[in-house]
Amino acid sequence: MRPTTTTGDTLDKINLEHGAGGKLSHDLLRSVFSSRYGNEYLERAADKAIIKLTGRRLAFTTDAFVMSPRNVPGCSLGALSVFGTVNDLLTCGARPLYLSSSFVIEEGFPISELEEIARDMASAARRCDVKIVTGDTKVVERGKADGVFIVTSGIGEVLSKANVSGSNAAAGDSVIVTGSVGRHGIAVMLARGEFGVTAEVESDCRPLSSSLLPVLRKYGPFVHTLRDPTRGGLATTLNEIAMESGASINIDEGKVPIEPTVRAACDLLGLDPFYLACEGVMVLVVRSQAESSVVRELRRRGAPKSIAIGSVKRSPKGRVSMTTSVGGKRYLGMLRGVSLPRIC
Amino acid sequence: MVARGFDDPGLVAGLVEKIASLDFKRAKLMEVCGTHTVSLAKHGIRSLLPKGVTIVSGPGCPVCVTSNSDLSLAFQAARSSGVTLVTFGDMMRVPVNGMSLQGLRAEGADIRVVYSPTDALSIPNDKEVVFFGVGFETTSPGVAALLRIAEQRGIGNLSIISCFKLIPPALRSLLEGGEVRVNGLILPGHVSTIIGVRPYRFIVDEFHVPCVIAGFEPVDLLTAIYVLLKMLRDGRADLVNAYTRSVTPDGNQEAGRLLREYFEPTEAEWRGIGSIPYSGLALREAHSHLDARLKLGLEPMSVPDAPGCRCAEVIRGSLLPTGCPLFSTKCTPESPLGPCMVTSEGTCAAYYNYG
Repeated sequence: MRPTTTTGDTLDKINLEHGAGGKLSHDLLRSVFSSRYGNEYLERAADKAIIKLTGRRLAFTTDAFVMSPRNVPGCSLGALSVFGTVNDLLTCGARPLYLSSSFVIEEGFPISELEEIARDMASAARRCDVKIVTGDTKVVERGKADGVFIVTSGIGEVLSKANVSGSNAAAGDSVIVTGSVGRHGIAVMLARGEFGVTAEVESDCRPLSSSLLPVLRKYGPFVHTLRDPTRGGLATTLNEIAMESGASINIDEGKVPIEPTVRAACDLLGLDPFYLACEGVMVLVVRSQAESSVVRELRRRGAPKSIAIGSVKRSPKGRVSMTTSVGGKRYLGMLRGVSLPRIC
Repeated sequence: MVARGFDDPGLVAGLVEKIASLDFKRAKLMEVCGTHTVSLAKHGIRSLLPKGVTIVSGPGCPVCVTSNSDLSLAFQAARSSGVTLVTFGDMMRVPVNGMSLQGLRAEGADIRVVYSPTDALSIPNDKEVVFFGVGFETTSPGVAALLRIAEQRGIGNLSIISCFKLIPPALRSLLEGGEVRVNGLILPGHVSTIIGVRPYRFIVDEFHVPCVIAGFEPVDLLTAIYVLLKMLRDGRADLVNAYTRSVTPDGNQEAGRLLREYFEPTEAEWRGIGSIPYSGLALREAHSHLDARLKLGLEPMSVPDAPGCRCAEVIRGSLLPTGCPLFSTKCTPESPLGPCMVTSEGTCAAYYNYG
């Protein structure tokens, strides 16, 4: 059922009235969102939810999602806005439970596309076993937003055995990645079609709950840090961990999984895969004695490319160094500015 | 380019061992290509070489060698009303006297960034579209192609500021200057793909400096280094093409024809080196209607470098970035004071990012 105007006309485009808080707003919420997210919390009220907690450690996170184009191979904006927040909760060592979703929608945005986004979000939420329990929509005038922006927040319960933080990484620990890096960044860049390069690269966008939760339940005390290398890529994430822990990280370039198509696109465009966003990869820092067990568990639980790529050392403090695939040594710095293709 | 196998750890280890076996105590090699600068740093090649073997970067970064007076032309064009300035992205942040194209754009100037010269054609515009032409023999043929298309289509509102530069005359000037004593040259693979092997002949004939044209993968670079050191050991100075999968003796002749059709060599101002005869490209008389300098009446202005900035010496290869007191203190990729820190291909940025 599409929302209708006060005169009963069915609408297929967002107009400013959809954001005014009146009937049209409610119709939009019900017809596009609530009907899809469907749960008891949403049925009570759309813009708040009361969740019972007692004596539990909670993780709470929020993230804004914009993507241009809104659909790239392997990833839609709707799916990303759920998986991104789910993965953020996982980095706290938490089991994701409840999400909110807020939309900033540009006047003129097709409701059919909004429905598509909501459909993607609903199926993403089911896949992650989370409920979208509250949300909001605002409509802005044409030209004031690029189609639609989505903000999701999430609450999760920290697993009893989990105690993860960037500062927990300690000398001697092993560094593990759960999949090949750079896919999302390349997929988005190629989908924009600005560079005249076509390659079959699918975004890695996916939730990591089914891989990480079993690891945390089984090996929780050995897992010191969990991070998702989204913006800024693997290099930036490793630098954050090094800075927060005051330790040094050394990785082996040759061990970091990079798909040949991603590598080829990077070579052509002058990009560095270590700085490209991932949306379905996690970095784990674990006690070295648990390294092989954790890698084995991850591989069994849907992350078959999981591999140890390096270790934490005492010095140089706060820095990341890399043994290159040809055996050279160099530093791996933070992302500077924006990852842009080479000019000449 | 994608060339797997050219980073094969076994091949690399073999070359590293061969280089070590030459037992060189001291040798200074120079590369003159931004992509070489990045590749050397990115793969950590220097850490694989014997202590005494150093590789310095010469004037091979197109953004870095673009002089302040060249930039002043682009600034004037951007400030002119009715003009859309089109440039490669790296030029946007180069600071001149506290201002940059990025700053001008924030003030309202119409400046567009393109990835390929012909992208300028797809900017719908009734204004004068001015392409800021910087770069070496690798970029200038693409711009010549743009001009040809513009002429064929009868596009009347496109012109260029030609600040293109040529690599061989810059090498001559460096070698004649004698300030930078290099024992061998790693010649640029991309430029050589266009110009071929012959234009470098004078380096071995007149200056007796061994030269190797090299590709960009670790095996390419280490091969070039080994061949250069071997020639030094044997007391020879030859010109070797070690990038035959891309470079032919005569180069890309179609690109050469296109360049000669539109441009002629002219004196050009290089940052760090100064004015070098016949080292730049000017539009030929027959195509002067495409010359933004004439169309808009642009006049080059001399602007001093930022106080303390030693990019000039870095570009000549006479100073390592780490020798500049501003390096990583006042001059960083986030707030660069000189061009070598602006572009990722700049020597300072490569040292900063890859240590």
